[in-house]
Amino acid sequence: MLKVEVDRTQCQNFGQCVVEAPNVFRLNSRDEMEYTPDVEDAELDNVEAAVDVCPMQAISLALGR
Amino acid sequence: MSPPVVIVGASLGGLRSAEALRRCGYAGPITVFGDEPHAPYNRPPLSKDVLGGEVTHAAVAFPQRAATSDVEWRLGTRIRSADLEQRSIRTTDGEEVRYRALVVATGLRPKRLSPRTATLAGAFALRTLDDAAALRNALHPGVQVVIAGSGFVGCEVAATARQLGCEVTVVGSAELPMLGPLGSALAEDVMRRHVERGVRFRMGTHVAEALGQEAVEGVRLADGSEVACQVLVEAIGSLHNTEWLDGNDVNAAQGLRTDSAMRVLRADGSSWRDVFAVGDVARFPNAIYGDEPASIEHWNIPTETAKRASRILALQLAEDPRLDAAIAERFAPVPSFWSDQYDMSLLAYGLPALADRVELLAGKAGGDCVYGYFVGDRMVGVCGIGMRSEVLKHRDEVSRYGHVPIGEPAR
Repeated sequence: MLKVEVDRTQCQNFGQCVVEAPNVFRLNSRDEMEYTPDVEDAELDNVEAAVDVCPMQAISLALGR
Repeated sequence: MSPPVVIVGASLGGLRSAEALRRCGYAGPITVFGDEPHAPYNRPPLSKDVLGGEVTHAAVAFPQRAATSDVEWRLGTRIRSADLEQRSIRTTDGEEVRYRALVVATGLRPKRLSPRTATLAGAFALRTLDDAAALRNALHPGVQVVIAGSGFVGCEVAATARQLGCEVTVVGSAELPMLGPLGSALAEDVMRRHVERGVRFRMGTHVAEALGQEAVEGVRLADGSEVACQVLVEAIGSLHNTEWLDGNDVNAAQGLRTDSAMRVLRADGSSWRDVFAVGDVARFPNAIYGDEPASIEHWNIPTETAKRASRILALQLAEDPRLDAAIAERFAPVPSFWSDQYDMSLLAYGLPALADRVELLAGKAGGDCVYGYFVGDRMVGVCGIGMRSEVLKHRDEVSRYGHVPIGEPAR
């Protein structure tokens, strides 16, 4: 499993992460970013791409257990 | 042991190139040269929140990934020249370094008004962390600041300086700030937001010269009028850092020309097999905009071009039979930019600057809103204040392959 964390003090809901990893990140009806913190290893490439493109560099990723 | 893959430039493009080489399976040596003393860091906050707060490397540093822990970082080392035939580069100290493949990621530097302002006290340009730290030290409450240039950097610095209590005047050659990338409706809105907070604008003119012998005392504009200031910020565009490649068979006019695999082109249009360019320094063809190479100076492009170049390079170094297919794949990174000024957070996809028609798609002018930018009936850009889902909805539409001529480099 992967552990995804978002620094909410940085996040500005740009939604670039949603483009790269739609299974992990989404914008809700109020345009706030929501995400799944625990994700399958298969999402690694997508989540790393989301980490890369976040304009606020607010996403971090830990390789779990 | 074979010589390393050498990456020249230790900012976003250089970092992403090294990371992507590892991710694509290249396990050999990588050496990255950077002329700044700092490990890779993120530049956009330098005109925004970091400039308004504490300018430290920790505030903007990119995290180092485990996969790149064995990369050799030669920071504080400038490259003076290269010999692409001999596959070698030379540092300003005279050290020669041979490479197996070269990735050019030397980016841009700010244009200056004149050689004099480059050394005049009180005159600043903003590109590096050290630039930002120096500027931050000068932005005290009550200080008069003139900003030459009304693009992204100029407007963001204006907002930050105003919030720090400075008296700010923006001088721009267009009718409105950020007019090129935003179109007149949004540009008017941006200007209104600044004016409401007390920023003054002198538009349709430019700074002709800085006044003051020892330190900046003011500026003279092209119309002959003078504006007093103690701080002058030059945000009038940038130049590509390619001089170190002079004397080689490359085309470096307005950026280093590459093919769609990010391989640097010779004058005759053929590709160097072992020389790549990524990031702001590269002028590459984007399948969204046809075959004409262009330099797109938006923040997401270094990452996209680095991933493309490194994938091709890794396949090539591994003599992988999938190389030709990878080179033939279309490369069509969707440009994206954002800007924060006061409480306004703006996000765009595509290249609104190409448009000949702008249309309000959603929301209300002056508040949260989304504009579409069109060439004929084709949407080439979308830009919104807030309303992220609505902006995102149009991302696919602005990124279809086509032949919208790209014209002048964006931004």
